[in-house]
Amino acid sequence: MSTLATSLTGAVLAGALPASEPVGAIPATGAASGALWLILLPAISAALLLVLGRRADRWGHLLGVLAPAASFVVAAAIALQLLSAPADQRVQDVDLGSWISAGALDLHAGLRVDTLSVTFVLLVTFVGSLIHVYSIAYMAHDVNRRRFFAYLNLFVASMLVLVLGDSYLLLFFGWEGVGLASYLLIGFWNHEVDARPGHDGDHTVSGVNALENAVAAKKAFVANRVGDLGMLVAMGLLFANVGALDFGSVNAAATGGHLSQGLLTAIGLMLLLAATGKSAQFPLQSWLGDAMAGPTPVSALIHAATMVTAGVYLIVRSQAIFDAAPNARLVVVIIGAITLLYGAVVGCAKDDIKKALAASTMSQIGYMILAAGLGPIGYALAIMHLVSHGFFKAGMFLGAGSVMHGMNDSTDMRRFGGLGKHMKITYATFAAGWLAILGIPPLSGFFTKDPIIEAAFVVQDGQVWRAWVFGLVTLLGAAITSFYMSRLFFMTFEGKERWEDDVHPHESPKLMTAPMIVLAVGSVALGGILASGSRFTQWLAPVTGSHEHGEPVLPALVITIVTLVLVIAAAVLAWQRYARQPVPTTAPAASWLVQAAREDLKQDAVNDGLLVIPGTYATRALVFMDGAVVDGAVTGIARGTVAVGDAARRPQTGFVRQYASTMLLGLVALVVIVLAVQS
Amino acid sequence: MIAEFIAPTVSWGPLAPVVVVLLAAVVGVLLEAFVPARFRRVAQVTLSLAAVVGALVALALAWSTVKSTGGYDVLSGSFVLDGPALVAQAIILVIALLSVLVMADRTASDEDAFAPMVSAAPGSDYEKIATTRGMAQTEVYPLVLFATGGMMIFGSTGDLLTLFVALEVLSLPLYLLSGMARRRRLQSQEASLKYFLLGAFASAFFIFGIALVYGATGTLRYSEIATAVATPTGTEGLLLLGAVLILVGLFFKVGAVPFHMWTPDVYQGAPTPITGFMAAGTKVAAFAAMLRVLYVMLAGLGWDLTVVLWTVAIATMLVGTVAGLVQTDIKRLLAYSSIAHAGFVLTGVAALDKQGPSSVLFYLLAYGLATVGAFAIISIVRERSASGGVSGEATALSQWAGLGRTHPVVAVTFLLFLLSFAGIPLTAGFVGKFAVFSAAVHGGAWPLALIGVLASAAAAFFYVKVIVLMFFPASEPTQASTDAEPAAAAGTGTATLLQTAPARVVTTTVVRPNGLATVSIAVCAVLTVVLGIFPGGVLDAISQVAAYLP
Repeated sequence: MSTLATSLTGAVLAGALPASEPVGAIPATGAASGALWLILLPAISAALLLVLGRRADRWGHLLGVLAPAASFVVAAAIALQLLSAPADQRVQDVDLGSWISAGALDLHAGLRVDTLSVTFVLLVTFVGSLIHVYSIAYMAHDVNRRRFFAYLNLFVASMLVLVLGDSYLLLFFGWEGVGLASYLLIGFWNHEVDARPGHDGDHTVSGVNALENAVAAKKAFVANRVGDLGMLVAMGLLFANVGALDFGSVNAAATGGHLSQGLLTAIGLMLLLAATGKSAQFPLQSWLGDAMAGPTPVSALIHAATMVTAGVYLIVRSQAIFDAAPNARLVVVIIGAITLLYGAVVGCAKDDIKKALAASTMSQIGYMILAAGLGPIGYALAIMHLVSHGFFKAGMFLGAGSVMHGMNDSTDMRRFGGLGKHMKITYATFAAGWLAILGIPPLSGFFTKDPIIEAAFVVQDGQVWRAWVFGLVTLLGAAITSFYMSRLFFMTFEGKERWEDDVHPHESPKLMTAPMIVLAVGSVALGGILASGSRFTQWLAPVTGSHEHGEPVLPALVITIVTLVLVIAAAVLAWQRYARQPVPTTAPAASWLVQAAREDLKQDAVNDGLLVIPGTYATRALVFMDGAVVDGAVTGIARGTVAVGDAARRPQTGFVRQYASTMLLGLVALVVIVLAVQS
Repeated sequence: MIAEFIAPTVSWGPLAPVVVVLLAAVVGVLLEAFVPARFRRVAQVTLSLAAVVGALVALALAWSTVKSTGGYDVLSGSFVLDGPALVAQAIILVIALLSVLVMADRTASDEDAFAPMVSAAPGSDYEKIATTRGMAQTEVYPLVLFATGGMMIFGSTGDLLTLFVALEVLSLPLYLLSGMARRRRLQSQEASLKYFLLGAFASAFFIFGIALVYGATGTLRYSEIATAVATPTGTEGLLLLGAVLILVGLFFKVGAVPFHMWTPDVYQGAPTPITGFMAAGTKVAAFAAMLRVLYVMLAGLGWDLTVVLWTVAIATMLVGTVAGLVQTDIKRLLAYSSIAHAGFVLTGVAALDKQGPSSVLFYLLAYGLATVGAFAIISIVRERSASGGVSGEATALSQWAGLGRTHPVVAVTFLLFLLSFAGIPLTAGFVGKFAVFSAAVHGGAWPLALIGVLASAAAAFFYVKVIVLMFFPASEPTQASTDAEPAAAAGTGTATLLQTAPARVVTTTVVRPNGLATVSIAVCAVLTVVLGIFPGGVLDAISQVAAYLP
């Protein structure tokens, strides 16, 4: 087994291929030139579903499923075309024409079809289609199912704009679009206060929950605005200094050495701020847990597989900037390291199955951000882990949804237990995801997470201490991940049955289990397929470049073995505590650390203290100022303007003699001014 | 002994558009004399439309040569057909075409906007007879064609004397046309006289400026003056004074502060279709002439004239915006709006940058379309008396309240033009503003651009005021009359009834155009949107030919 690990992970890292640089873009040909349809299909579907309204209720969900599936077919055709093309033709541009083109003024739109964007498109459309299928059954009792599908399609379209846009501007359009769709979907149940009769499998939401959903949606909205600020500032800096926002020009400027180090660092940090907002990274992580208030398929699609990984995409896409700004890149690694531990610690203490999974997502994205921050050796690894994570995490979220479906929408793991016997398919598919995220060979996670740990141990820039710190953090993270995921798995599926009498757990309908099975297959096999023979690294090489890998401070084999030992030990510990021993149905009193972790390490308290309370007072002060000063000024200005207007109107007497004398005076004034300036 | 006269060789091709229009105008005058009265209107309208379309075709034929060779120089500079001249002529012809359609529209009431017999004293028996006989003053159309021809030459000449002649050819018909309104005739005649007197005053400045420049340089040709400017002779003071006087003449035509005071009075008094025509057409012509004067003739004086341009541009933007805020009449409001727009265009002119001409011309196209469309709509929003008879235009702003509910299509179209005036994205006005302000920034005139952005934000306020009034009236002022009367009769107080009743006698309605004006408004609206969403092609075409012949 260890030989398998070293040979495969070694191949991923070392690669037989020589170092190569990213290649330039060529005009799109063949299937790639139809890339616009990828976006149009779900966008048209969303528009139809929203415009037709109730008339589309009967068949709306079918159209909703068809759209991303059709996009997937197009994406697969494009992927096949790129696969068969030589490396220097794997970056293609689709010109969508220019909005304004006159002289120096040139606003241009286009799609970038390359191996990176196509990877994302495949992930988004494939996992997206599965989750759409799942949603048919999951949302079957919801009167607004059609609208739900419209939003899902809108999300898919926006996400595709985000990854396919060939400029930061288009990316930002998609960025805002997914934010909007996410906001709509998190808050989907916000206005349904006991509107429908409650029966088994129905998602009745009480007034309190509805309010919570609205608050959660708002929190996500606000956190994302802070991130967007970073994006806007970065775009402003780029436009002011490069004069363009398309990736081609920006990359050329960043690699060309025309931009100062400080500027590149500033742009990098602003892009990182944007990434932390969208990807729920420290310090903008607080919204993700609350966003779990939305329907579970939404959590699976948006908050596990796709949208939250947009930050990773942004950083990998901006690699030219980060490569030229080592300090910014170091901050990226530090943010990734902090978040991966943060998420892992929080995950250990959560009793809500979805929130525990959300913490895990946060932590896993921390791994990806860290890998992306490692630079050329990490870009491909980050994306590879992103893809496999998309499968196993989406699978587990759907599994959680299936559990909730069978458990009257309860999410409290202390009230689960022993469900494995009652929900065999959910159990098996969830187990595949669980083992994958643990990194047990030969499942996906092993092939994608282990290389990141290994890469973190590699000395860069001659800084040995960094290799040790980041390496050990990732190692520790892997161990904690193993503990909390095993805890989640055992509390849910093993041990004693702890639910109340009126609950009758049952397996979910086929429309729900089928997508889970497909995702489970991916969780098992995808990592190995991608990693073997460094297939995926080669595939991405036209975008990310490929690089000789440095030597880790420990032999790769040692790292793999230590990781596995820690992971298994942590899993066994979790088995001892949550499967063998009885789990209390209410959370017991615990040490301050656990208490803090249950409260997301006091993130809300910190936010309250740092932002909300000063913000509230600042707002109050502002309201006062507004009333006293601004309103005063505005009223004053309005009065002043009207007074000036009256004054300007006064010479308008209607008398020609007066008009003529004004003209004469004006002429004299102009002549005086000219002569005064000239002399 | 008289030297033998040698006839110059004239290449008629580039002159064709102007010749077609002016010839049609002459023929139009003859039609008045020889065609029976009942066919005159049809004949005149047909002739005018055909002439304008023919001129447009002639311009289109010249396009490719101008693009490849840079342009024609006819009569050694008296007439120049280069890129900017061609674009300006095309814009003027499009405006003329759309305006003639509005003028020719007699609406459902079978009356056009012009007095049946202009020479009759207002209120006289003669006038009543003319009205009852259904007479029509069809001289309007040849006059418009003369003005159009003058406008076309104004921006296409490289010779100061021709410039002056063109100024008069375009101005005199407009003085006349301003006095021909069917209703509120005294106001119209007052406008005409004011326009004439002040125009004559401005022409005097203008010709005096030409004389000074001639005195300083000894020539009237732009190109030769440009050479003379570049070589110091000790007469710079004279030259500069002359240049300022010429610019003042042009400032008067575009309505720039402080030479703007005729604008509100004339725009208000003139027949509304004429207001639209001259607000749009005169500005295009005068700015085209101003650009050529500044970029070709006085390029060497750029630095000295910058201060004049900046002062006037800033004053124009501020006065137009501020005074617009306190207007209560829709035509005066648009007059001040057009003053503010002159200021915005001046920022593009003052840029003295190579992006200047193309951005200014695009702005004028956008502004012209919205102006013709907006005044066309004003001409169909009418007052209706208690007896049901439709009378003059409802120009008081208060009469527009609630138009969005009673006539949604008209109100939404007007909204579109207002949005374009305000420079809201996805309308042509936005692209135009963006273009002139970026030209100003590019030419180093960023303070002008900054003031321009602030002023357009403030100006947006009075457009929004109209929009709010149309769509969200505070109360139901005009439609409430029938509901309110029983309530008043039921005893809420006779005093209320007495106070409010007179105001309610007149309501606002929209007369149905007989098709021509509808076409014109629709074309303006569609182009405003299309140029707002896909400005690329037109901007591209304009900037491809934006170079002046020396």
